[in-house]
Amino acid sequence: MSAYLLAMAAVVLVVVAVGLARLLAGPTAADRLMAAQLLGSGGVAALLLLGAGTGDDGVLDLALLLVLLAAFAGVAFVLGAARASADTTPEQPPETGPGAP
Amino acid sequence: MIGSIVDGFSAVVVALGVLFFALGTLGLLRFADAPSRLHALTKVDNLGLGLIVLGLLPQVAFPLGTLKLIAVWLLALLAGATTGQLLGTAVIAGAGNPSPASRADDAGHADLAPADPPVLPGAGPT
Repeated sequence: MSAYLLAMAAVVLVVVAVGLARLLAGPTAADRLMAAQLLGSGGVAALLLLGAGTGDDGVLDLALLLVLLAAFAGVAFVLGAARASADTTPEQPPETGPGAP
Repeated sequence: MIGSIVDGFSAVVVALGVLFFALGTLGLLRFADAPSRLHALTKVDNLGLGLIVLGLLPQVAFPLGTLKLIAVWLLALLAGATTGQLLGTAVIAGAGNPSPASRADDAGHADLAPADPPVLPGAGPT
């Protein structure tokens, strides 16, 4: 059973490695963040399988931490995106009164 | 004998979870636009994770291990739902536009704003 769970953890890691191609290909920053989120949840799945496969329940704490970090990474990206799009919003041209040359 | 039934259940459910995870990743790679990829990531991958957690519940120590597994799954669900909504809003607001090749003057910002030229003040009708 433990060998089977460790093999499943390796399969999950291979799937995540293939999914990271979206990091290279993704045309936008949001796509690259999605690849990072995939790494987060895939890493959590692999850690859970490793923890159960080796019988070491301390690995489950690592999985909890990784889930929290992945959530914060997503929130940080969206906050940065909001700030960046606010910085590059085109400024309004100043109000011109009745046209006096 | 009950142990091998439980182990068989774990094996089948974990395999299903890994399969859904692989399908979600395939969707992330192959879907055409960013919101669809977001769906594949947050729904299907979380379903795979939930099935893996369900399959691992009999394999860890009761009660602390099972509580940790359920906490991980609940946190992943909450994080996936919240991040999905936030990313969806950001994508609609303009983070879903492809990055232009030449943004070297951009002070290192990510390609998040629509690629419109900035309107200079004073460029109104003369």
